[in-house]
Amino acid sequence: MYPAAFEYFAPATLDEALDVLGRYDEGDAKVLAGGMSLIPVMKLRFAAPRALVDINRIGGLDTLAEEDGRLRIGALVRHKTCERSGLLKGKYGALGDAAPLISDPIVRNLGTVAGSLAHADPQGDWGSVMLAVRAEVVARSADRERTIPIDQLFQGPFTTSLQPNEIVTEVRVPAPGRAGGTYLKLERKVGDFATVGVAVHVTMSNGTVEQAGIALTGVGPTNVRAAEAEESLTAQALDEEAIDEAARLAAAAAQPRTDLRGTEEYKRNVVRIFTARGLRKAKEAMAS
Amino acid sequence: MITQTKPTTQEIAVTVNGQEHSLVVESRLLLVHLLREKLGLTGTHVGCDTSSCGACTVLVDGVPLKSCTHFAVQVDGREVKTVEGLAKGGELHPLQQGFHEEHGLQCGFCTPAMLLVSAALLEENPDPTEEEIRWALSGNICRCTGYQNIVKSVQWAAKKMKETS
Repeated sequence: MYPAAFEYFAPATLDEALDVLGRYDEGDAKVLAGGMSLIPVMKLRFAAPRALVDINRIGGLDTLAEEDGRLRIGALVRHKTCERSGLLKGKYGALGDAAPLISDPIVRNLGTVAGSLAHADPQGDWGSVMLAVRAEVVARSADRERTIPIDQLFQGPFTTSLQPNEIVTEVRVPAPGRAGGTYLKLERKVGDFATVGVAVHVTMSNGTVEQAGIALTGVGPTNVRAAEAEESLTAQALDEEAIDEAARLAAAAAQPRTDLRGTEEYKRNVVRIFTARGLRKAKEAMAS
Repeated sequence: MITQTKPTTQEIAVTVNGQEHSLVVESRLLLVHLLREKLGLTGTHVGCDTSSCGACTVLVDGVPLKSCTHFAVQVDGREVKTVEGLAKGGELHPLQQGFHEEHGLQCGFCTPAMLLVSAALLEENPDPTEEEIRWALSGNICRCTGYQNIVKSVQWAAKKMKETS
């Protein structure tokens, strides 16, 4: 399979990349990071950009660090880096647990967190994780930089609020105080998309839940925030009763469709079970 | 609005198995086709062509990646290693010997990639556990062996490399 012909740019600086991107009409140029979604889509000719702007040779985009009260994930941070990061444990457990479940080890060598969000596959794992931890995405164009709250990023399947002249330079996650979380994924085999995935992130204060983040993969046109389930936990002790109720509400928030990976009923049930398991795991993480 | 600003072909310089090549390629040329069709290195196989099976895996600057999902222009200035680059001076790499000794292949289609991914693993972790081997190879599909002998082959090579290092 060959993609359509394109002009290839491999700029050394972000400014140069933004300049090239800005020179093309809407959607005519695409940003190439890991390419693990873009290249397959081009090979299938679902996308035929006139130009590719390869950002892999730009320095300074691979930061993974906690600074000024937030976790910064640069545009070129690969899944593999997250998988191996000592930072993404404990309070960032949702990220650390998700990383090794992304696709397969070879894809993880190249694929990026930011690229995955920009691709906005409703079966993408990072989307749910970032909804749960209430991340924001930093987008730069030649003339401005703006910050997009994750809830405003996903507009529909493979559709985001990013402008064609923008590059995601960084994903930011607010650094929580006392927190725990995880990501649970049901897949048929390594490398498959999620049948169902559930991201859970809970912050606690004085023995009760300060804020809960629960988001679902593969059961809607985008990654889905289970808002009612989250709210049901606010100011509650994280006991079995509260967990069961949140799990029930998360299952109600899912909009699964019957397909070759399972029936609607089955997927909804997996959401319920995974939400409960995830919340228990978050609780354990905070206890230890 | 703008007309084409840049040709859709370009010159790249790439080192493959220690040998430097300078050639003009279409930007859409996939790395696997550069290797197989331009350089005649047919040890790299096209399996699924959809980034699912891992059979086309090669090492770029030591990192395993799927050459069916990478453009040749992306490896400009980089170092590529294919299965043809494993043996040295006519002597098989310990991993190749291991796959021979432990019957790590039947049809051999997935083998070049299995060898390269294993080579990258042993480079980083000379003494992997069985689980670590299986984890590292989990992106590579084999339809013959059931993986058992592949794991044994990697273990054989790890032992051999430790003895001779």
